[in-house]
Amino acid sequence: MTKYLQKTEFHVFIILVAFSLVCGSMNAGFWSALNIFSVLKSSSTVGIMALGMLMVIVAGGIDISIPAVAVFAVYSTAKYLVSINYSGGILLPFAMATVIGGLLGCVNAFFISKYRLAPLIVTLGMASACTGFLRTFIGSSVIANLPQSMFDFSRATILSVTQADGSVARLSVAVVVLAVVTALVWFLMNYTTPGRGLYALGNDPVAAERISFNNKRIQFMAYGLSGALAGITGVVHVSLIRQANIRDLEGVEMEVIAAVVLGGTAITGGRGTVVGTLLGVLLLTVIKSSLILMDIPSSWQKVVIGGVPILATVTTSLRKKSF
Amino acid sequence: MSTEFLRLVDIEKQFSGVPVLKKVSLSIGRGEIRCLAGENGCGKSTLIKIISGVYDFDGGDVFIDGAHFSSLRPVDSIAQGIQVIYQDLSLFAGLTVMENLALNTHLEQRKFLVRREDMRVIAERCLAQIDVGIPLHKYVGELSVADKQLVAISRALVNDAKLIIMDEPTTALTQREVDSLFAIIKRLKDRGISTLFVSHKLREMLEISEKITIMRNGIVTADDDIDKFDEAKITYHMIGRHLDDIRFKATPPTDKPPLIRTESLTRHGAFRDINIHVNPGEILGITGLLGSGRTELALALFGKKPADQGKIYRDGKVVNIDSIQAAMSHGIAYVPEDRLTEGLFMEQSIQRNMFATIYECFVNRLGLLRLHEIDRASSETITRYGINTDRFRNPVHSLSGGNQQRVMLARWMMTDARVLILNGPTVGVDVGSKFAIHEMLREIARSGVGVIICSDDMQEIIQTCNRVLIMQDGMITDELQTEGIDDSVISLRLKKARQESLS
Amino acid sequence: MENTKHMAPSLTSRLFHSEDNLFQLAAITILTFALMSALSFDTFFTLRNITSMSFLFPELGIFAVGMAIAMLTGGIDLSVVGVANLASILCGFMFIRFFPADASATTIVLFIAAMVVMVLLIGMICGCLNGFLIAVFKVPPMLATLGTMQLFTGISIVITNGQAVVGFPEQYSAIGNGSIGPVAIPLLIFLAILTVFSIAAKRTTFGIDLYLIGTNIKAAVFAGLRVKKLLIFAYMLVGALAGIAGIIISSRTNAAKADYSSSYILQSVLVVVLGGVRPTGGKGTALGVLLAVLALQFLSSGFNMLRFSNFAKEFVWGAFLLAIMVINYYTNERRKT
Repeated sequence: MTKYLQKTEFHVFIILVAFSLVCGSMNAGFWSALNIFSVLKSSSTVGIMALGMLMVIVAGGIDISIPAVAVFAVYSTAKYLVSINYSGGILLPFAMATVIGGLLGCVNAFFISKYRLAPLIVTLGMASACTGFLRTFIGSSVIANLPQSMFDFSRATILSVTQADGSVARLSVAVVVLAVVTALVWFLMNYTTPGRGLYALGNDPVAAERISFNNKRIQFMAYGLSGALAGITGVVHVSLIRQANIRDLEGVEMEVIAAVVLGGTAITGGRGTVVGTLLGVLLLTVIKSSLILMDIPSSWQKVVIGGVPILATVTTSLRKKSF
Repeated sequence: MSTEFLRLVDIEKQFSGVPVLKKVSLSIGRGEIRCLAGENGCGKSTLIKIISGVYDFDGGDVFIDGAHFSSLRPVDSIAQGIQVIYQDLSLFAGLTVMENLALNTHLEQRKFLVRREDMRVIAERCLAQIDVGIPLHKYVGELSVADKQLVAISRALVNDAKLIIMDEPTTALTQREVDSLFAIIKRLKDRGISTLFVSHKLREMLEISEKITIMRNGIVTADDDIDKFDEAKITYHMIGRHLDDIRFKATPPTDKPPLIRTESLTRHGAFRDINIHVNPGEILGITGLLGSGRTELALALFGKKPADQGKIYRDGKVVNIDSIQAAMSHGIAYVPEDRLTEGLFMEQSIQRNMFATIYECFVNRLGLLRLHEIDRASSETITRYGINTDRFRNPVHSLSGGNQQRVMLARWMMTDARVLILNGPTVGVDVGSKFAIHEMLREIARSGVGVIICSDDMQEIIQTCNRVLIMQDGMITDELQTEGIDDSVISLRLKKARQESLS
Repeated sequence: MENTKHMAPSLTSRLFHSEDNLFQLAAITILTFALMSALSFDTFFTLRNITSMSFLFPELGIFAVGMAIAMLTGGIDLSVVGVANLASILCGFMFIRFFPADASATTIVLFIAAMVVMVLLIGMICGCLNGFLIAVFKVPPMLATLGTMQLFTGISIVITNGQAVVGFPEQYSAIGNGSIGPVAIPLLIFLAILTVFSIAAKRTTFGIDLYLIGTNIKAAVFAGLRVKKLLIFAYMLVGALAGIAGIIISSRTNAAKADYSSSYILQSVLVVVLGGVRPTGGKGTALGVLLAVLALQFLSSGFNMLRFSNFAKEFVWGAFLLAIMVINYYTNERRKT
């Protein structure tokens, strides 16, 4: 039992519950199906990216190019599909964006693993290069006539609840995407050798090499998947808002890092869990939505998102000192 | 089946034209415990890396189990049952004991999926080999150094290891832990597993090994049964000459208070009730095994980890040393044990390394540094401390270990320190420099400075200090004058202190 | 003579053989200039263009000096642009609220001077927060400043509702648009800062201490340097420099906004890396930063002549940053062997 009490995930869980109770007591709307569904829906975009970021951070890196990669992937996918008057299912857009994102992630991995460069600076450069390339060579105007299947995706729900006032709350299918990604990443990180390699690499790259892990390959996996998941996020996001805009998702990397750090992942690598990350995403979304419920202007969101990871690391460092 | 497991014949190795191994031969029998001894830079770590397949060899032959190898890759070496336990143990602090034990087996079997049950089986089998119980679900980061080592050893034993190479395994162990490590090595021997024990601690070599190979400057200088050696003889083969039996005699002035004196100095969990004093001109040795609290005591005197009870007197007056700056302002200097990580700024120039602490003394009225004066002082200091370089703007990593340590000494002596504390002053320093540094320390003491040397090198203690304190479990248990005794006396007293604390 | 035995190498040999690749960098800068002049001689190599460049690159240069200071200590400061915007927004509010438009010239000058001091103070407070998080709470610099970037920008959005603050007095805009003789005031400010930085880096205890901390922070503690204080002070300086850049930007554009000039973050990292400052700390020179910022401005200005869009430039900067790091990797590899 004490084993669970000491886990960071447990602390995050307690904070999440406590915070929800406080919000619920202040505003009855908090526990409405509508609000819960909307929290889950907005958690899904950040959540998918956060799982990619989790793998990168656990492996001892960081990837701040994900918003740029996501937009690059989804915008170029949408542009192409519109140009061929695509009318098929949702699978192809997802597949295309995933592949494009994954390839861009591999470019990150190439620079980081081959030349042993600082991940922060590489992904900073990649973010700029991707955005610039996209806007120069592919396009910069808003795409509103998306393929029908993407519109359908935005309307698809998996659960609808009729609320007390007669309105109907619907749970978006985006949650399913998050659930599938979660299951895959969870399986990969916990039950496969390369997944454990992420932890080994983040703990001690030299030791990982000595027991014959291929560090470069692990880095390609981490950044490649981070890019691929960014591509998926892009499609989900664009479908939900029903248009592709090159300014989409700007600054979301901070939110993603905040969620991952909040979930107890060590920013220096080697430690972090899928469950913790999801709890971190939920907590962050709840905090954000509570701002709205409490009538605090949405402009405060950025302040909160910037403050949260700092606060989380500061408390971790204070807790360490007290031992 | 022959009784010989590994045989190296005339191994040669060069690094960019510089020969580091010159026709080195070595053989290890089944179940044999062999010690590989030698000073730093003698080629022993290169030899290990050749055996483990990390380095190619330029000439010679390797026979493992009678099979001839003209080249060796890490995979071959592992497949033949050779496992190396590096000094840093190569464990993953953030993974559990179970995973640390099982991961490389998984990798070897090229398994993609990780099943907890498989892992548990592998891990339990590992630990059963040396018959120790370490909780499998614990994170390795939470274990003691000794337990980490056990994990590393049992990991090495999996998959039918036939030869375990241990690279300085005792460096971070307390004596009790060393004893149990030796017990394990003997148990391995009974099962026919050979051990190549790499060390520079004479006492341990004599205690554990059956045969010894001594290297110096890339050649084997001695190779025989351990019974034919004593400490003096091993030293002779390691350094190539007999040591002069020097003792340092101090004549502290009687009319002055001690330079530094402590009164019931205590830091919880590190040391307690420490009463020591150092007179002007004295060199005080503090020895004791790892975990005895000697490093912590030194750090407390230097203000890095201040004591939480007791008093420190400087020149007879109570002083409050709660920070490094406070210690420095009272003329206390500290040369850390680990030059690489705690002492030097490797890529920076020799000059910057020497002047790091005293740049402020060279500031003119405008707040600018008087660079010409610093340059002149650099040349003088380099000459005075015999630092072997032609340019003080060269990075300090271009110097040898001994010269680097001189830079450290110069840095602190320029602060006009009155109390100089050194932790392991000659770790990783070649023999020639070692004597020069010892002589330098005697010189410093003769000028009226009080020197404290923390070391586990008995030779060093006996030859450099006039007085020795023995620490055990955070307390001073014994005090000796070095005049008229040899290092076996200290070893004996250490052993006695240990037994007393055990009972 | 004994003293000459260990003397410093001559200036030329330092330029040619120094590890900072300064010579190589100078060649790149001159080549860029020559190339751009050749490509569009009529428009590039004109007094007008050169004057206009001299108003533009000091902003980037000042951010880059700040970034270089942070990187010398082994850190990074991604919050610089956030600090600059926050400081100039607060300054703009003060102007709108309290500026005595009909007062005497001296009062106006004094008021503007007071505003400049205030901006510097705000910058230093922001930098102090960064330094505190990094030095005392041991938050990795990347995370700390990524967070404070968001925090400062967030505060700017909250107090402006995301709108631009306009209405800076005419006299204030002289800072960003004026010139003394033929020389732009921003350029003078930048050169002054660069000179101070150059002298401080080589000839003050503080400067050398930063190099030492960036090389090995643990050894710096054991050498008795007041590491925490020095780090906090370094980040305060970075903040103050960001404040100065904020003044120049707001006075040049006569406006302040929460999301202005965010591209300077990447560009200042690019300048610093191009200028030979090592991202892990302990190495870098003022001259390198100057050469790099010039090279970048020549390129940027040349791209403008060639009608590159801002987006295309964004792409080039990102690719350039990666390319420079790869080139540095190869030159370092070659030096090792």
